Amino acid sequence: MSIPAPENLAVHHASQPVYVFEAPVRVWHWVHALSVVVLSITGYLIANPLPSIGGEASEHFLMGNLRLVHFIAGYVFTIGFVVRVYWGFVGNRYSREFLYLPVWRGDWWRGLFDEIGYYLFLRKRSKRSLGHNPLAQAAMWLFNFVLGIFMIVSGFALYSEGLGLGSWADALFGWAIPLFGGAQNLRMLHILGMWLFIAFAIIHIYMAVRADIMRRQSSVSAIISGWRTYRD
Amino acid sequence: MADTETFYDVMRKHGITRRSFLKFCSLTAAGLGLGPEFAGRIVHALETKPRTPVIWLHGLECTCCTESFIRSGNPLAGDVVLSMISLDYDDTLMAAAGHQAEELLEQTIEKYDGRYILACEGNPPLNEDGMYCIQAGKPYVEKLRHMADHCKAIIAWGSCASWGCVQAARPNPTRATPIHKVITDKPVVKVPGCPPIAEVMTGVITYMIAFDELPELDRQGRPKMFYSQRLHDKCYRRPHFDAGQFVERFDDEGARKGYCLYKVGCKGPTTYNACSTLEWNGGLSWPVKSGHGCLGCAEDNFWDKGSFYSAVTNFGVMGGAEATADRVGGVIAGAAAIGVAAHAAVSAVKHLSRDKSGEAP
Ligand code: HEM
Ligand code: SF4
Ligand code: SF4
Repeated sequence: MSIPAPENLAVHHASQPVYVFEAPVRVWHWVHALSVVVLSITGYLIANPLPSIGGEASEHFLMGNLRLVHFIAGYVFTIGFVVRVYWGFVGNRYSREFLYLPVWRGDWWRGLFDEIGYYLFLRKRSKRSLGHNPLAQAAMWLFNFVLGIFMIVSGFALYSEGLGLGSWADALFGWAIPLFGGAQNLRMLHILGMWLFIAFAIIHIYMAVRADIMRRQSSVSAIISGWRTYRD
Repeated sequence: MADTETFYDVMRKHGITRRSFLKFCSLTAAGLGLGPEFAGRIVHALETKPRTPVIWLHGLECTCCTESFIRSGNPLAGDVVLSMISLDYDDTLMAAAGHQAEELLEQTIEKYDGRYILACEGNPPLNEDGMYCIQAGKPYVEKLRHMADHCKAIIAWGSCASWGCVQAARPNPTRATPIHKVITDKPVVKVPGCPPIAEVMTGVITYMIAFDELPELDRQGRPKMFYSQRLHDKCYRRPHFDAGQFVERFDDEGARKGYCLYKVGCKGPTTYNACSTLEWNGGLSWPVKSGHGCLGCAEDNFWDKGSFYSAVTNFGVMGGAEATADRVGGVIAGAAAIGVAAHAAVSAVKHLSRDKSGEAP
């Protein structure tokens, strides 16, 4: 995997593919996506349960199983997240884009406004970028890094309520309950977080597909193969 | 000599037999979740330790805490504890009144400076310099501060003293403020609930005077022995929750069968209290047992969390607007979908009508 990454677009020879997404990042992307889907479906059904089923309680374990699947997916989500953050430190330069926004760099801000202008149809041509364009990076950071941390903290804080006071989850995450104004508020924020994930997913999928069709560089195939290719 | 008087002496003076006294001690030990050997320790403490006075103040409140307390399911506990605390100052329960009563406060400070327990029912309103609650010609908050200055520890009875409760509900016109936000230099034990369960109250106060220490508290200052679990964790309807069997309406088949009340707004999953274990009125019943969901009365700000009858509840969004997370979230996700659709349409038009120079956009 020691393919040298070009330092910037000036040295990057046009139309030469770049290896952007290393294998761990690609695997994480799909594990992350799948776990968010499972978490959202099971989470929604925890908040808004299905119509009651009859019979004896001992014959069914529907809510119990939904919660179990939610918690397992929560662990998958969290472990994936931790591995992804670790890879941000040891992986290539694009993998670091997940961890921070280079807000101190003027060219990053210019790039951000260029992108916004492009999507508002104010600019005809999109800029090319190697990793994430600044707008994509901002969205990824806010909706996956920051929101991801919030979902993990709030999720395990709720989880600690079941494990009980003094459990490891309580020791690590229990502080979040009073911080966010009590168990009920934290639950509502956890649900709101789910809707933000859903809103992000809608826009993200649209932009990725659109970019593949309309922009100068590959997008969907890049997160599958790892290679970003350019049309010009 | 009042100073060396023990609790036991006081109880005997009030006509409580030794047999009742011993019963009370073992009941309290059991109620606190302590082992049988602790009954002996409570007996010993109450027999030998000089009596710790309890001053019981009333701020903005409805007196439901006192009402609960004097109806302690076990009359013994009520009598015993009452005999211990009514001696000093509780303007609802004591015999003295007026100037005579206010004098008692000063006498207690003189005799027991730094050694008495201050039990606060209700909270002080801070707006208009505390004008909304005047006692003996002065704002209650001044009395509270004065008595707190000389006490050993504070018990915040009920949701009023612990969190603010109904008088602090939005927009909180009198700025009713919970005790721990007014008195910051003394330990405060919160005993929330509207009202708290009688046995919880007698248990906490007996623990504090018998062992001369604070009970172990959780992060939010509540005694762990009564507030470490949610009602949901010990609810007898929990098997129906896990099975997915819910009351959908109060008059449906599920309601008759005693299904879980989650979908009609039970706040058991977010409420820390002992209702599902100790129950109310001496273990007679509790809300869920009688077919109604928990309102979450022991939780901070429970008045402002929207409907008592909805599982996905309101929470204050900026500026006092109210909405459920599902509604806010649905609007955000819906807006994203509409935005995407509109953007896609414009993009398609642009893409198909792009100039034929062959340049990718
Ligand atoms: C993208 C990530 C996630 C989404 C979209 C999500 C969604 C939801 C939703 C909608 C609820 C229902 C809230 C309620 O009404 O009680 C919920 C509950 C819950 N979630 Fe998550 N969640 C996520 C991550 C996590 C994680 C990482 C954990 C950690 C284990 C977790 C643990 C929980 C727990 C313990 C509950 C409460 C279940 C109950 O009360 O029975 N969640 N989640
Ligand atoms: S009735 Fe309330 S406390 Fe009992 S299991 Fe259902 S939601 Fe939980
Ligand atoms: S069941 Fe809920 S609302 Fe009722 S007393 Fe207990 S904590 Fe308060």
